[in-house]
Amino acid sequence: MATALDVRDLSVRFDTQHGNVQAVDSVSFSIEEGETLGLVGESGSGKSVSSLAVMGLVPSPPGVVTADAMLLGDRDLNRFDAEALRRVRGKEVAMVFQDPMTSLNPLLTVGRQLTEVLEVHEGLSQAEALQRAARGLGDVGIPAPEERLAAYPHELSGGMRQRVMIAMALLCNPKVLIADEPTTALDVTIQAQILELMKDLQEQHGTAILLITHDLGVVAGMSDRVNVMYAGRIVETAATAPLFDAPCHPYTQGLLGSIPDLTRVAGENLYSIPGQPPDLAELPAGCAFAPRCERAREECGAGVPATLEPAPERRSACLDAELLAKEGGAL
Amino acid sequence: MSAPLLEVRDLAKHFPVGRRGIFSDERRVLRAVDGVSFDLKRGQTLGLVGESGCGKSTTARAIIGLHPTTSGSVKLDGVELTSLSRSGWLPYRRRIQMIFQDPYASLDPRQTVSSILTEPLTIHRLSKPKERKLRAMALLDAVGLNPRHIDRYPHEFSGGQRQRIGIARALALEPELLLLDEPVSALDVSIQAQIVNLLGELQERFNLAYLFIAHDLAVVRHLCDEVCVMYLGRIVEQAPRDELFESPQHPYTKALLSAVPHPNPHTERTRERIVLTGDVPSPLDPPSGCTFHPRCAHVSEVPEERCARECPALVTHEGRSSACHLT
Repeated sequence: MATALDVRDLSVRFDTQHGNVQAVDSVSFSIEEGETLGLVGESGSGKSVSSLAVMGLVPSPPGVVTADAMLLGDRDLNRFDAEALRRVRGKEVAMVFQDPMTSLNPLLTVGRQLTEVLEVHEGLSQAEALQRAARGLGDVGIPAPEERLAAYPHELSGGMRQRVMIAMALLCNPKVLIADEPTTALDVTIQAQILELMKDLQEQHGTAILLITHDLGVVAGMSDRVNVMYAGRIVETAATAPLFDAPCHPYTQGLLGSIPDLTRVAGENLYSIPGQPPDLAELPAGCAFAPRCERAREECGAGVPATLEPAPERRSACLDAELLAKEGGAL
Repeated sequence: MSAPLLEVRDLAKHFPVGRRGIFSDERRVLRAVDGVSFDLKRGQTLGLVGESGCGKSTTARAIIGLHPTTSGSVKLDGVELTSLSRSGWLPYRRRIQMIFQDPYASLDPRQTVSSILTEPLTIHRLSKPKERKLRAMALLDAVGLNPRHIDRYPHEFSGGQRQRIGIARALALEPELLLLDEPVSALDVSIQAQIVNLLGELQERFNLAYLFIAHDLAVVRHLCDEVCVMYLGRIVEQAPRDELFESPQHPYTKALLSAVPHPNPHTERTRERIVLTGDVPSPLDPPSGCTFHPRCAHVSEVPEERCARECPALVTHEGRSSACHLT
């Protein structure tokens, strides 16, 4: 399998009036063709900002993006100017956002928004573009697609709007699809439909998917591998099953422990990670999770813990990673 | 058996939609809640679940009098609430409080925490003016916040902390019943667990009854004693917690439970799942007969197209109810 996207040492800083905020700090990841990489973390952990940086969509100022490389195939997006990025964006790398209400233009028909992509990137005539757009809507399971082209976003339900977003993202058969909380705003029954749809489309086209979500159930069903982010850094990377079976970072352990289980009779109390997520403008020295970590000791504050490889194909940025791998268990 | 604290019978809330002109009447009726009945005892939690637009929030708002009801009865300790005047409501507001979903929108950004927490005490003339701030500090302590932060403003707190302030405000009047409308859905997973645990502790400490509205079924299973599943303004299934989750009867409940992804990669990838087709129909133009029938996989099992013609009644059998022609 060829690597679709390879991001090396990506950092994003926002220079604000209240000081500099390091939203993403030396993040590296890669996705193979046809693979789904899950990116998990809480609000403010840097999941969305890192994907926006890949798309060249971080506003600057105040954002400052640096990276060693962001390879799309063998080309480095990091060296692209704005015009070159514009040509890649929507064609080779596409994005589906969380909120289908605000990410579609309310003043344009669905057809116009879809054909714009094709006219810009593929140079199709309007008639050809309309045909392709209708086929795209049909592919994502929208009934009577030709009629839907004339509809405005407000005339569609939330699930339908998210289908339109996915259809738009897939129109040019992108190599990489970044899906930022694609089902968070939807009801579970509609979420199940959209996730099935994404899986089917991935199988057909071999798209690499970067799936950003806070829902560990969605990750469990969709991802091949998972990156866990905390305070702008990746704290753990593993294939999905080993990560859920035996997390090697205390934050991942806590996260998995704090979700109630639908299939089990509930106990008295849920495990909960003490404290609050950190303020990115005032990160503690050393491990950012240390103030909330039950295993924390003096060394944890000394420096950012190095990323260890406690088992093959796994990485964890915890001093106790190897110990945790041996203990081998969720909380 | 003790008498229920809250008795809701055939509660309906219809909204007129569209406009009335001189020559035409385009008004239609949106039946947001259409004949909902349940009981809730002291110290117990009743879950209200369903997709967006099924009427769960409208039910809560009708109970607390934020929407005047169209018909039906809501009784607190045997007293009818729907016919109360504005001033007649005051003593009952004290006994029923509400906690909202969005901790950013439900606190006044220009009020300090002290003012947010003492305002209900002032309105209801509880405790001496000088003691109110002390009472507010005790409330902060009860919900796990630092009482010294009482003079801060909401923006100085995180989402989870703000939700704690919302809970403290609801507790200020020592209510018996809390209506919780998606209290944890806006929070991060690790913070959600803290608030869920806090709600459990407070319920035990103050013997509170909770009406818990949520779309996260795993949280509902964790917190609730009994669960009502709503679809297009009606209850389609009601059962004690474990029975509902382990042996759901109504096809909609089965599909809803099946749609929830399990946070376990082994079972999540192998389990059988029911994927419903289509969206929830518009409550302005609900399907005939059983409103779930266009999405139901079992329609053909009922003879003579009964599902499309006849709305099934909610039938109670051995402590649980279901509204389906099949059961």
